[in-house]
Amino acid sequence: MRIFMLGWEFPPFISGGLGTACYGLTKAMDQLGMKVTFVLPKAVDSKYTTHVKLLSPGSHMSQATSYEKEELKNVKFRSLNSILQPYSTPKTYQNQIEEILRQKKILFGDSNILSNQSADSTDYSHDMYTEIHRYAAMAAELSIDEDFDIIHAHDWMTYPAGIAVAALSKKPLVIHVHSTEFDRSGEHVNQEIYDIERLGMERADKIIAVSYFTRNIIISRYGISGDKVEVVYNGVERIGNWSNLTDTGIKKEEKIVLFLGRITMQKGPEYFLLAAKKVLEVMNDVKFVMAGSGDLIHKTIEMAAQLGIGHKVLFTGFLRGDDVKKIYKMADIYVMPSVSEPFGIAPLEALDHDVPVIISKQSGVSEVLMHALKVDFWDVNEIANKIIAVLKYPPLQMTLRSHGNFEVRKLRWVDAAAKCAKIYEETLAPAGV
Amino acid sequence: MSSICFYFQVHQPYRLRHYTVFDTNSDYFDDYKNASICRKVANKCYLPANRLLLDVIKQYEGKFRISYSITGTLLEQLEHYAPEVLSTFDALAQTGCVEFLAETYYHSLSFLYSRNEFTEQIQKHSEAIKYYFGQTPKVFRNTELIYNNDLAQYIESLGLFDAIISEGADHILGYRSPNFVYKPTGCQNLKLLLKNYSLSDDIAFRFSNRDWAQWPLTADKFAHWVNNVNGNGNVVNLFMDYETFGEHQWEDTGIFNFMRHLPEEILKHPDNNFKTPSEVVQAYDAVGTIDIPHIISWADTERDLSAWLGNAMQSNAIHELYRIENSVKNTLDERLVSDWRKLQTSDHFYYMCTKYFSDGDVHKYFNPYDSPYESYINFMNVLDNMQRRYLELGNNAEKNCLEFNDPKQSPKTHKDNKIKIVETRNKKISSFQITDETVNS
Repeated sequence: MRIFMLGWEFPPFISGGLGTACYGLTKAMDQLGMKVTFVLPKAVDSKYTTHVKLLSPGSHMSQATSYEKEELKNVKFRSLNSILQPYSTPKTYQNQIEEILRQKKILFGDSNILSNQSADSTDYSHDMYTEIHRYAAMAAELSIDEDFDIIHAHDWMTYPAGIAVAALSKKPLVIHVHSTEFDRSGEHVNQEIYDIERLGMERADKIIAVSYFTRNIIISRYGISGDKVEVVYNGVERIGNWSNLTDTGIKKEEKIVLFLGRITMQKGPEYFLLAAKKVLEVMNDVKFVMAGSGDLIHKTIEMAAQLGIGHKVLFTGFLRGDDVKKIYKMADIYVMPSVSEPFGIAPLEALDHDVPVIISKQSGVSEVLMHALKVDFWDVNEIANKIIAVLKYPPLQMTLRSHGNFEVRKLRWVDAAAKCAKIYEETLAPAGV
Repeated sequence: MSSICFYFQVHQPYRLRHYTVFDTNSDYFDDYKNASICRKVANKCYLPANRLLLDVIKQYEGKFRISYSITGTLLEQLEHYAPEVLSTFDALAQTGCVEFLAETYYHSLSFLYSRNEFTEQIQKHSEAIKYYFGQTPKVFRNTELIYNNDLAQYIESLGLFDAIISEGADHILGYRSPNFVYKPTGCQNLKLLLKNYSLSDDIAFRFSNRDWAQWPLTADKFAHWVNNVNGNGNVVNLFMDYETFGEHQWEDTGIFNFMRHLPEEILKHPDNNFKTPSEVVQAYDAVGTIDIPHIISWADTERDLSAWLGNAMQSNAIHELYRIENSVKNTLDERLVSDWRKLQTSDHFYYMCTKYFSDGDVHKYFNPYDSPYESYINFMNVLDNMQRRYLELGNNAEKNCLEFNDPKQSPKTHKDNKIKIVETRNKKISSFQITDETVNS
């Protein structure tokens, strides 16, 4: 069986859980000997190339690059030229386009580009939806030369591509829901995105949700029948030996409470700050570290100042690689107060780094973690109560850490991959046929 | 000859309310939850089971005999929330076929941490049993059947009891059978009764298990197993939680019918009879000495303390609790002492157990918390507040003491005064034995 997988970024180009999940799952499938053609959008060195030309209609569409990764024997990569990125919103997408245009202007001089652009701007459109459909067309074209049995599409931007490939190839479509518009935007959903998600769910032969939490949203908010929706929990890539990080050069006088994630409405940064304020009423030797970036970063910094705890809250910006390890090594407790979290891989990574976690009950990961402290995201009193307890009582921290670290080892990507394989088989040969 | 000896453990803890670090008042217990659980269990188990056993006792005119160990924490709650249960227990006591055993009033692990507290709680419990049921207990059972040689010797040294009860764990019995009376190592007169866990668990745990090869368990089948003991044993000790009837095994499993018919089937055999623990002690001599240097209990397959003291949180919580014993008692504050004692109930530590937690088994069923961690945090927040309380009370107490410490007094008066303080303290604490809560009714 070969899988035509419409996925996302691989390390080190990772901005969040979606890329981590695609990587973990695909790597595990490779280990299980499953054959995968992995299709992903890849911006061609955006600053210096003829990128804009590629985007414009009428140019050659199938600029697919084929390559392989050494460690993945069974996976064939096909990247399509596109600047689509996970977690984009129509607005950030437009900013991105404008940035590219600006760069080009600097490189090639104004006149040349401007003349081109003024004529075409409406056509190649600053709009993300067009790009998503263009991506779908490219994927469909690419699929003609590929041999595969089933299509697996990750999150909404690839659903149109999945639908197109399925229509062309007559192969079944499985979509993998890592998050929904309701998670990202609360009740202020973007109707166009919702429509794309819903269409994908309706057209799919099978839907994989990353948790029962997400499965419920799919059923109740998108009107999808429950027998079509299966749950496959994410795993965690064990870092294994990270102890070689001998000295961080940080001498700790104070306890550290960590928030690590995108600073967006979905992740509940304001609840973290409100809880911090409460903790600081009772304890003094604590610092709160917010690692990550996002559209609420400025508001959040302002809020910390308004609460009068600005001196106790540190913002590090987006961290990657060793910096992430360092911050985990410093942290005494990790808090994820997400408002709506389909899964939440970050707390698993925290546990893998021996940091106990407080997680929101409104998350998928709270379904799989027993050895974690769980709270309602809005219950800042309780979040503070638990932070204080962990900081104050070493036996609690110790027990959470040892059991949690052990528990994380049970969440393996190979199990997720095996479950996907089973779902493929059921989809290809429905019961009773 | 084989005697059936039934002993039912009857207990409910005082459950704590959700108590955060930001709470400052001293109302620690969840009255609503405690009341509703108490009434629920009363209706599902205590009342129907008591009525049934009362019927059966009357029907067999003294041939059917049983015993109970009821904790002080439950007696108090029954008095508040389900007094009709107390009157049915009293009716059972009046039949003369029912014996009440001694234990620690607060169903505590105090034997392991404070001999003073342990003794005080046994006395308090015996007085409560005397008060409610007109009996003075002669047989002692420790919380969760926790037992070792030291305990037996200590109980004998109190001079109040004829026998002590424990678990007939395989690893202490070896080839020996639990169906005889034994003597604990190091004791002169105290006898030891051991639970026949296999036959006990057939009723308490396996009764409704449809995967069990022996399901369904009928009274005549069970009587047949008991008859097999004839000739190689004197007594079959069936010890179990009273909540087995109607709560752990629901009524629709047929557990009540089973108990209704069991005496008939057992008594069909002319050599069988029912005895209470004291009667067993009277009837049979010890056939040997049992040496149990290490602590055992009746919990889980390990039969050890790991359900209450198996992880760092549990051991931390209980050490902190007993560390403040003297500070709490020195305040002479009745309510504070009583609150502190209610925290000693073993259930609070059981809730913090992480063993099997991931598998979500029997431990979960009895746990009012979502996780062991929640329970530890709650407990420690309460303990923290309690420390604040005794410090405040301590300051006041010191002021009171200053009156005694008049520098003009001679050293002798000073010493007398000190003795007076200690005496008042002891008197006051022992007067808590029957608190106003229990006397008023």
